[in-house]
Amino acid sequence: MSFFFEVLVGGLLAGVMYSLVAIGFVLIYKASGVFNFAQGSMVLFSALTFVSLLERSYPFWLAFVLTLLIMLVLAWVIERWVLRKLVNRSPITLFMATLGLSYIIEGLAQSLWGAQVHGLDLGINDEPFEVLGLLLSQFDLFASAVAGSLVIILSLFFNKTRTGIALRAVADDPLAALAVGINLQRLWLIVWGVAGFVGLVAGLLWGARLGVQFSLSLVVLKALPVLIIGGFTSITGCIVGGLIIGASEKLAEIFIGPYLGGGIENWFPYVLAMLFLLVRPAGLFGERQIERV
Amino acid sequence: MLYREAGQFITHYRADQRLFRLRQDRIGFYLLLASAFVLVPYCGNDYWFSAILIPFLVLSLAGMGLNFLTGYAGQLSLGSAAFMAVGAFSAYNFNLRVEGLPFLLSILLGGVVAGLTGVIFGLPSLKIKGFYVLVSTLAAQFFVQWVFTNFAWFSNDSSSGVITAPPLDVFGLDLSSPAGRYLLTLTIVTALGLLAANIVRSELGRNWMAVRDMDTAAAVIGIAIPKTKLLAFAISSFYLGIAGSLWAFTYLGTVEPHGFDINRSFQILFIIIIGGMGSILGNFLGAAFIVLFPVLMSHIANGLLVGVMDSGHLENFQKIVFGMLIIGFLIKEPNGLASIWQTFTQQLRVWPLRYWSH
Repeated sequence: MSFFFEVLVGGLLAGVMYSLVAIGFVLIYKASGVFNFAQGSMVLFSALTFVSLLERSYPFWLAFVLTLLIMLVLAWVIERWVLRKLVNRSPITLFMATLGLSYIIEGLAQSLWGAQVHGLDLGINDEPFEVLGLLLSQFDLFASAVAGSLVIILSLFFNKTRTGIALRAVADDPLAALAVGINLQRLWLIVWGVAGFVGLVAGLLWGARLGVQFSLSLVVLKALPVLIIGGFTSITGCIVGGLIIGASEKLAEIFIGPYLGGGIENWFPYVLAMLFLLVRPAGLFGERQIERV
Repeated sequence: MLYREAGQFITHYRADQRLFRLRQDRIGFYLLLASAFVLVPYCGNDYWFSAILIPFLVLSLAGMGLNFLTGYAGQLSLGSAAFMAVGAFSAYNFNLRVEGLPFLLSILLGGVVAGLTGVIFGLPSLKIKGFYVLVSTLAAQFFVQWVFTNFAWFSNDSSSGVITAPPLDVFGLDLSSPAGRYLLTLTIVTALGLLAANIVRSELGRNWMAVRDMDTAAAVIGIAIPKTKLLAFAISSFYLGIAGSLWAFTYLGTVEPHGFDINRSFQILFIIIIGGMGSILGNFLGAAFIVLFPVLMSHIANGLLVGVMDSGHLENFQKIVFGMLIIGFLIKEPNGLASIWQTFTQQLRVWPLRYWSH
């Protein structure tokens, strides 16, 4: 039984990492209705930039701030040269544009900083220790704490600040938001900037665990079932969905995998998400849409 | 001057429903076919057949498959390569395990199996729509790849799931030379291409477009949504399955499951974005672009930038240019190269005047 819990906790902690990527998606989806496929490459790009700055012996805080600035510039460029030109186009078109965007960002990241794997040390211990018979590491706890505080900060931001409320208005009805004088373009810039920040945090944590390398951009694919289960519009849903996906894929791999020849964690989340959809088409926390002709 | 419908009167419904109503278009099409079937095999060399023409034709076919689903029926898919893999591996197994099964029939059966697989993964689309369908196709992508890597039975216990092409003989003709493989591919692609052009003009094709434009409205006017969507998945996957068989047998010769990974799915999606969603001609233009673009880029790099760019940089540079092109097309020409061609022919018809009226 303790082995079961160990796998479960390991999975939940991996799930926290998925949630971090998924949050970036939800932010952008809520504010501009864009399913941003480039979130994964933004994670890669920010992590690569940060590591390369560290390696050029910039201090930690300066590297962080500089990376954040670069992500803001990126957000500005995306808003100015891509989103603004594609206003009022179908969601599928916007999705495909972000697919192109992910190619640009990946190519850019690798031609600027090279394709080799970089190690990243955040100075947090990743040695497991025992709590109540479970193996945990300081790093896992730190990652969970970061995810938790991000959720709190973001929900405060969305519910209490003027900008956050404007963002919710835009998500609700862009036309009405424009009519009451909300500056749509500024908001998009903010939200892409915040998504870049979340991407940076996710990139640092993933990078510290796996090394900063190209495969970081593939995390985006695992975030998709997380979003499906949690619902595309809810930040809380991200966390819950991430935990469900993380835990179930690890449990399935350990307990069902051996009967099927192993390696099932590659596709299990998607199948789980599909089954989920059959029961709750809008996800756990998503908003049900009513269609009219 | 030459490209004009003056004097061509349509007096029968049959003539009105032709694929090419303009006589010049028909002549052009026949000339194109004749040169593809006669002139090219006569003049082409092995490099052109193996490295450019065969992949171009196969990718056009795959593009058609995805275009049915995404361009016509409006269901986004990132699992095209999975259905290609199903087609290739099923055709391989049919050929291996059924004694004396003709090569063409095993390809056809491979396509049918891929079509059925498509229906299974299309089932969730009856309940969900939009981006949610992506998950179903991604499930197909990863599940299929896992099955073919993990179960050696499918590749006849070869190491790492590699399959090798069966002998390419059709009606007693040995077609294993590059020119033979080209002709085989060309014949299949031409036949399926003509079929495709007719499917999208049929009631089914119109139903697909209605579902794409607004499925609620389509349901209201009495289109059977489940049947329409599942047929889109079935026919799309059938085409992709055949394309997969051709990719494995006439283009590469040997292929492993990894050859049908998610990057292949992206590549096919890019073909229809660049070529044109909802256009049959677009698949060919997009595939030509996708095949020729890297060749062109490496030639430019070799010619102009000797020593400046190594292959790693070139690859990244290609990625950037590619991404920009996709965004550029989506902004400037959302209907792709096909719509550029259409505008061009339209202008040619009224030349030297600038505008025309109905």
